[in-house]
Amino acid sequence: MPTFVNPNKCDGCQALDRPACMYICPNDLMTLDKGLGKAYNQEPDQCWECYACVKTCPQTAIEMRGYADVVPFGARLAPLRGTDSIIWTVKFRNNETKRFRFPIRTTPWGSIEPFQGLADAKVEDVKNPNLCGQEKFLGVDKLPVVAQ
Amino acid sequence: MVTPETEVVECDILICGGGMAGCGAAHEAAYWAKAKGLRVVMVEKAAVERSGAVAMGLSAINCYMGMKWGENQPEDFVHYVRQDLMGLSREDLVYDIARHVDSSVHMFEEWGLPIFKTADGRYKREGRWQVMIHGESYKPIVAEAAKKALGEQNIYERIFISHLLLDKNDSGRIAGAVGFSVRDPKIYVFKAKAVICAAGGATQVFRPHAVGEGLGRIWYAPWNTGSVYKLMIMAGAEMTQMEHRLVVARFKDGYGPVGMWFLLFKAVLKNAYGEEVEKKWADLLKEWLPYGGGKPIPTPLRNHQMIRDHLEGNGPHYLRTDEALQAMFAQVQNDPKKLREIESDAWEDFLDMTMSQALLWASENVDPAKVPSEVVLTEPYLMGSHASGTGAWVSGPEDIAPKEYFWGYNRMTTVRGLFAAGDGVGGSAHKFSSGSYTEGRLAGKAAVAYIYDNPQAVEAESDRVEEVKKALFAPLEVYEKTRPLTTRGQVNPDAFGPKQALLRLQKIMDEYCAGQGAGYITNAPTLKRGLELLHMLRDDLSRLAASDLHELLRAWEVWDRYYCAEAHMRHMLFREETRWPGYYYRGDFPKLDDANWKCFTVSRFDPEKSEWVLSKKPYVALIP
Ligand SMILES: Cc1cc2nc3c(=O)[nH]c(=O)nc-3n(C[C@H](O)[C@H](O)[C@H](O)COP(=O)(O)OP(=O)(O)OC[C@H]3O[C@@H](n4cnc5c(N)ncnc54)[C@H](O)[C@@H]3O)c2cc1C
Ligand code: SF4
Ligand code: SF4
Repeated sequence: MPTFVNPNKCDGCQALDRPACMYICPNDLMTLDKGLGKAYNQEPDQCWECYACVKTCPQTAIEMRGYADVVPFGARLAPLRGTDSIIWTVKFRNNETKRFRFPIRTTPWGSIEPFQGLADAKVEDVKNPNLCGQEKFLGVDKLPVVAQ
Repeated sequence: MVTPETEVVECDILICGGGMAGCGAAHEAAYWAKAKGLRVVMVEKAAVERSGAVAMGLSAINCYMGMKWGENQPEDFVHYVRQDLMGLSREDLVYDIARHVDSSVHMFEEWGLPIFKTADGRYKREGRWQVMIHGESYKPIVAEAAKKALGEQNIYERIFISHLLLDKNDSGRIAGAVGFSVRDPKIYVFKAKAVICAAGGATQVFRPHAVGEGLGRIWYAPWNTGSVYKLMIMAGAEMTQMEHRLVVARFKDGYGPVGMWFLLFKAVLKNAYGEEVEKKWADLLKEWLPYGGGKPIPTPLRNHQMIRDHLEGNGPHYLRTDEALQAMFAQVQNDPKKLREIESDAWEDFLDMTMSQALLWASENVDPAKVPSEVVLTEPYLMGSHASGTGAWVSGPEDIAPKEYFWGYNRMTTVRGLFAAGDGVGGSAHKFSSGSYTEGRLAGKAAVAYIYDNPQAVEAESDRVEEVKKALFAPLEVYEKTRPLTTRGQVNPDAFGPKQALLRLQKIMDEYCAGQGAGYITNAPTLKRGLELLHMLRDDLSRLAASDLHELLRAWEVWDRYYCAEAHMRHMLFREETRWPGYYYRGDFPKLDDANWKCFTVSRFDPEKSEWVLSKKPYVALIP
């Protein structure tokens, strides 16, 4: 179900240093029409409908239209992603609507300190099978080995 | 055409691909590299925040032991994987992931990944190995940790790696990689003493169910193009189980996963006449002993039952979501609050990891509590992280690997200094997101150890670098040169675009290599005919034309898939048995043949001579 861009909403991300959708699309699909100053999906049949661009667009300008080979018209699925949760609105072909809210993260964005509280790596430990932070994270005292 | 400029990046360890395995490698390598001040660089063709198979999120972590609660031990996991893979897995690699994977999951939780809990504080299980997560932001969270560990200056995004480089004095040793930017006309030459290949599995090698606008709406990620296999094949690394593939039952057209419906909701697969497929065809399993007699029923055998029922004309097949949900509603006595929770869990499964299925349900007015949904088998994917073990033949860990499987450094391929992880490692299935991440960590640490032992400089052959640089932009030149041959449009007597080349590849694979359109069956003459057609395609790929950098990316992705296709066909031709019915059948060798084929297949490609050599490697049972 490829994306399309609402021309009345997209402002080409002028306030940012690059269009957000173009930065994020894992398949290099969202791109800017330089003449128009607006984004579009340059290869809709390679769209996975992963919604990464939809979630990130600051203008909520990107939507999905079910892929025409299979999907009947009339439904709509739209996310609103905040910092700690996401809200999905599902509108059915028959206009019934459902709304769901799910948590997405329990800590503030940018707060990860990957090695905080771990001892520095030691050269003599590089050959052993233990991974970094094992004492803290594995949950058991000793790394299992195969009983010979 | 503008002449591309070249940037040379020097580092000690280069990680190709910033998906789950790549981020795990980044985390672990960064930690151990610090002790000696090594530089670790990660290169990714998209944006790490939302790249790879986890880009849209996941609703479960499918590999978690729960050792801290005594739920499972690594031995149990080895037994499970052995059974599901019809006997063949690298048990040293599987065990190694199992004993470490819990620590990765606990880190994810500390970083902020919301995990469902039970009343007594344990992780809520979806099945024996699966834990349920609110995983919309799984990838951004893991990416944040990797970026922090490496430092932004060591992350190169929007660069597609196309070739690995070997040492000019030692062609059995890695020296770096070459790629190009998909944003500017620029080539990158990465010089590295160790390279970790973590560029994901391969999709769209086979023709999917929809070939119009829905071509890219498949189960596994369309941007996983098989780079990981092509890069290592072309570098002369030995590859294993390249005949293995993944074919899974998925909700029709949206490719929505069925795992939660089967495991948690206990939904049952029935045919159009209400017969339970698993019960009806129970006797079929006896033809595949000992695996057919074990539990759980291996993934390929479940497919096999469904294919048989389909051939008897009993479709469509339905997952009875209606019956499952009604049974659950009855269990909670229709308490409205609990009903709402169940409904929310059911929808979240798709909204976290295959939104299209939710949109498809909405567009067809499907209420899963009232009507069942159709299920079909997918086209084949090549991957090493799910219920299939395609990938590089790598060394196991020193403390547990049998001697046949150990050559110095964990997860190192047969090219010195070249490591693999995630979908790139063969013979060790069922690692999924958490196991792939963990395998990246194992490779990351081993790569540091390798550099400690091999600190001497490496140097790539300069002629080779020039040759690759010239080849990289050739499709843009082909486009310029052939454009005057036609008034406008795609039809050109001397060139074709990457989409057309891709469709030709998919057609060959579907028809000759046991694709879904061919009912997953082939034989030696069909495979040989397929190889003939494939080789004509290969020769034609010099006529690939790209009008811009986006098409240039697609052109190189076609090459990735081409090498995956050739390896897959050659391995299938080599293994003269049907080991995984339901994945594919060799019509000329329709039975399982443990006496001759309970072994790994290994291939090595010689790029100079363009020759493939296939051989067998022994299967060693690590655990009784
Ligand atoms: C729909 C779906 C549902 C799934 N469900 C689950 C589940 O419930 N639980 C679970 O645990 N797992 C699940 N998985 C599986 C899991 O996502 C994979 O096992 C895992 O992501 C594999 O890790 P990887 O690092 O090998 O590949 P990926 O995570 O895909 O990473 C590969 C990376 O390499 C990059 N790359 C590729 N080629 C190049 C190149 N040439 N140059 C540079 N970079 C490149 C890609 O952009 C990507 O970032 C699911 C996957 C899908 C698609
Ligand atoms: S992110 Fe939204 S506003 Fe920005 S360019 Fe893309 S569609 Fe337009
Ligand atoms: S939905 Fe995903 S694949 Fe499609 S354009 Fe948006 S980011 Fe790209």
